[in-house]
Amino acid sequence: MVHPVIKLVAQRIALGLLLLLAASVLIFVGTQILPGDVAQSILGQSATPTSLANLRAELGLNEPPVTRYFNWLGAVLQGDLGKALTNGQDIAEAMGKRLGNTLFLAFCAAVIAVPLAIGLGLIAVRYLNRWPDKLISMVTLATISVPEFLLGYIAIFLLSVQFRVFPSLATVYDGMSLGEQLYAIALPVLVLVLTVLGHMMRMTRAAILNVMQSAYIETAELKGLRPFTVIARHAFPNAIAPVVNVVMLNLAYLVVGVVVVEVVFVYPGMGQYLVDHVSKRDVPVVQACGLVFAAVYIGLNIVADVVSILANPRLRHPK
Amino acid sequence: MAESLLKITGLKIEATAYPPGEPPRDITLVEGVSLTLEKGKVLGLIGESGAGKSTIGLSSMAYGRGGVRISGGSVVLNGRDILNAGPGGLRAIRGREVTYVAQSAAAAFNPARQLMEQVIETSLFHGLMTRPEAEARAVLLFRKLGLPDPETIGTRYPHQVSGGQLQRVMTAMALCPKPDLVVFDEPTTALDVTTQIEVLAAIKEAIVDTGVAALYITHDLAVVAQVADHIMVLRGGKMVEYGTTRQIIKAPAQPYTQALVSVRSIDHEEKRDAPAVLSVSHITARYRGTNFDVLKNVTVDLPAGQTLAVVGESGSGKSTLARVITGLLPASKGQITFAGRALLPALAQRTKDDLRELQMIYQMADVAMNPRQTVGTIIGRPLEFYFGLRGDAKRKRVQDLLDQIEMGKGYIDRYPAELSGGQKQRVCIARSLAAKPKLIICDEVTSALDPLVADGILKLLLALQAQERVAYLFITHDLATVRAIADRIAVMYQGEVVRYGTKSDVLAPPFDDYTDLLLSSVPEMELGWLEQVIASRKMEAAGH
Amino acid sequence: MRIPISALIGLAFTGAYFFAAIFASLIAPYGMAEIVGDVWEPASSEFLLGTDGIGRDLLSRMIFGGQTTIFVATSATLLSFGLGSILGFTAAVKGGWVDQILSRGVDLMMSIPSLISALVVLSVMPVTLPVLILVMGLLDATRVFRLSRAVAVDITVMDYVEAARLRGEKQMWIIFREILPNALSPLVAEMGLRFIFMVLFISTLSFLGLGVQPPLADWGGIVKENREGIVYGIPAALIPAVAIATLAISVNLVADWVLTRTSSLKGGRGG
Repeated sequence: MVHPVIKLVAQRIALGLLLLLAASVLIFVGTQILPGDVAQSILGQSATPTSLANLRAELGLNEPPVTRYFNWLGAVLQGDLGKALTNGQDIAEAMGKRLGNTLFLAFCAAVIAVPLAIGLGLIAVRYLNRWPDKLISMVTLATISVPEFLLGYIAIFLLSVQFRVFPSLATVYDGMSLGEQLYAIALPVLVLVLTVLGHMMRMTRAAILNVMQSAYIETAELKGLRPFTVIARHAFPNAIAPVVNVVMLNLAYLVVGVVVVEVVFVYPGMGQYLVDHVSKRDVPVVQACGLVFAAVYIGLNIVADVVSILANPRLRHPK
Repeated sequence: MAESLLKITGLKIEATAYPPGEPPRDITLVEGVSLTLEKGKVLGLIGESGAGKSTIGLSSMAYGRGGVRISGGSVVLNGRDILNAGPGGLRAIRGREVTYVAQSAAAAFNPARQLMEQVIETSLFHGLMTRPEAEARAVLLFRKLGLPDPETIGTRYPHQVSGGQLQRVMTAMALCPKPDLVVFDEPTTALDVTTQIEVLAAIKEAIVDTGVAALYITHDLAVVAQVADHIMVLRGGKMVEYGTTRQIIKAPAQPYTQALVSVRSIDHEEKRDAPAVLSVSHITARYRGTNFDVLKNVTVDLPAGQTLAVVGESGSGKSTLARVITGLLPASKGQITFAGRALLPALAQRTKDDLRELQMIYQMADVAMNPRQTVGTIIGRPLEFYFGLRGDAKRKRVQDLLDQIEMGKGYIDRYPAELSGGQKQRVCIARSLAAKPKLIICDEVTSALDPLVADGILKLLLALQAQERVAYLFITHDLATVRAIADRIAVMYQGEVVRYGTKSDVLAPPFDDYTDLLLSSVPEMELGWLEQVIASRKMEAAGH
Repeated sequence: MRIPISALIGLAFTGAYFFAAIFASLIAPYGMAEIVGDVWEPASSEFLLGTDGIGRDLLSRMIFGGQTTIFVATSATLLSFGLGSILGFTAAVKGGWVDQILSRGVDLMMSIPSLISALVVLSVMPVTLPVLILVMGLLDATRVFRLSRAVAVDITVMDYVEAARLRGEKQMWIIFREILPNALSPLVAEMGLRFIFMVLFISTLSFLGLGVQPPLADWGGIVKENREGIVYGIPAALIPAVAIATLAISVNLVADWVLTRTSSLKGGRGG
């Protein structure tokens, strides 16, 4: 008899993989089926019909869409993401380093943003509707009202130009020490943290508030327990699941924020890579990047759901 | 003279309301309440909702729920003034000298921790016993309170245990640290009738056994009469009457108390037989996608202009029967005949007349009316829809209906949010009357109302029945209501009709097992009734 | 009807921005692409916000840019809202396989972040205003679908909707007379939030070079054009930040007010 939790987790992961597959179809359809002649874009206006036909045959554009999709998917599953149209470079190779850079940046931002969001959420609930809560609400309202790229330039303006504290271009290369790397990415990390913090903090506040207003917290207070004990023994175990859920969902926001921040600070990551090649209409690169981003996003959502399942006492201890 | 355990004088409790779009205002919840409680005695606090009973109960621990504050008077517990005790002082008495049993045990337990841990938590925290001692005491209390598997039930989680059992575990949790005073806040209100009486008996025995003092809060006078030595009647935050249980029950002095005591003593003579307006014949039904029947072979008749009361506890199928009759859940077998013609199983198949002559009134009047429509629109729509009435003619008829339900002028343009609970239900009644129906299904229409208000609604329904010759299918779980208004009764249990007939037949012995259990579980407003029931059940259990 | 100060401020600013957007050509001191001064001139009485990297008056660019930004954002919001709410209501009221198909489809579309989807699609389609509005509107319609479906489902289970069904009312009547009036306030508040999101979204796309194309200007594009100035200490690129932020905050304040005001109907007695 399989424990229901294991069954649910397995179901969720399977659903996630299915979703990823469907997303790959969507991405493929989005780039290949929509109007716009790839061969024309590559060779330009002056291409001869013969060269166009040759290129189309070479790129496999004459085969029916379904076949092209499975060819692409098959290659992806073997680690071959294709070659860039603009310079023939192997995409998987070019992406490898950049993906590492992007994950490093996102990780640093997450490590700062998550404890900060939870901490601020706790403070906001502790001083509910009083000035600390209202102040935090106003500041987060401001940060979510300003798009990431503008936060980036404000940061550059203040901290890089006026006060010369941090560099305005986040250049990282092999051979840099960890300290040097962290210094270089200080501003982009700051901007990412601010972007994600606003959303995350509002949601952690709501999740914690929900728990604190439950009847069993009142029971604990009426037992004469110390406030710390009430929070640690009664609120915390029930708050883990909703808070982790919130954190995971917001890390998904991070995925999007990373793209813009990399462009602002000219950081050699996946986001920069994707944006460059969208303007160049380099379809294989766009497909591959889209797929990777979608996979990360779906992956984080799966983790969020799995944590919710694992943390639910009704599912862990069925009747 | 022994010093009293709890002495409350001139208590005043206030709260701030923040109505949207208006400045905040202070409202007084409780004013001028004084009471004295001796060691080992039980004081019942009784009143309708909003009377302030829970608020007063919690003030004995100097606690105000949700921004409620104690702004005047004094609360002296064991000789100490606790209103000025400070957070440290309050933590010392809560969970130790005073404990609390909440109304909804399911919400009051931490879903993520085992029951035993929560039960012994205060005893360990206040340093009253060692862990083995506390656990032993907990198991002892579980056994006393009649819980199954007392040795192991502590290892369970709250969701693995039934509602009635959870309520008893909470009582054990309150009694474990050997407190001086336990505040019981409507502990049995959320339970089924048959479960209620077991829990009530368990609580009473525990109180007597441990010699603890108690504040017992409830809105049911019959229940409080079984457990309390003294009773305080509250209304609108003020004290109406205060005396011994015997005096309050036998010789209430105040008119309000008298009304509470005599509630549901409406005398209704059973009508004689008449041709049936509704015939339900061998109805079997199940929900799509499930593999068991929720109604099994149900057969009942309802004569025109009379009332058929369908009684049962939760899960008995009584509300499902209403859904089948209205066509929301088509039956898989059986026939329904209404006003002489066959009623097609699904709602979509029925004619406009079918729909018009069969009306329904719901339990919660708040959600039964569209909050964005005025009373006039709500009552007027059936007039428009079925009879094509418009303009002045419609308005006049709406006012006539409002008069008929004993709400006078000035309500046509009001919104539901501006009405009281009783008024809302009256408007729902008027809405169903507007269609000139032959049958009205009343689905627990008085269950969510206070006893006095419910009384008013029942009297209104009876008057309307006499005027309009409309039949009622009255669904309820409350036997007192059934006695008051039924001509025929059907008792349902797990989807089947276990007993059916005229009122006098059904309520006279010999009974089947379930009806027997049901009838004997309804608290009577008689002193010593509970002891009788406990004793007779023990005898039965011993005899079998 | 007493309006709190915050909502009044919100209404004032929002009104001002929309007014400027509609009457841009009458208000702007100079033309959108007129070169009228030196490069990067500081703010003066002639050019209230200074000039940009090519010498155009920044204030005029901002006003015309606001027109474009607000036009695109409003159109996209109307599209996303119209489509999302109609489909959401249909899914909630019909239930069954209609609901399943729509919900699963929306789940699928939402499994890819909007920015990524937009970038993917814009890499193959011509980047014109109608295309932008269409892409943004369709992507955002998914969120509106989820919300309106949830709101409609909450209302559909109310007894008064069942009472209307039992009366024999037609499906359309139930949607328009019973469900919609009660769904309006959360939806209108959400509309405000979607609008803000659209403003941020189109600005981001333009900043990345994939939104509004020159010669048209919008606030994101203005940032892109003036970004080099930042390293030299010239704040021209930050001015759109102030505009976007104030517009976003004002609309937020109004949306908050709508939500709290209409969540109670004449709450309490004698309201």
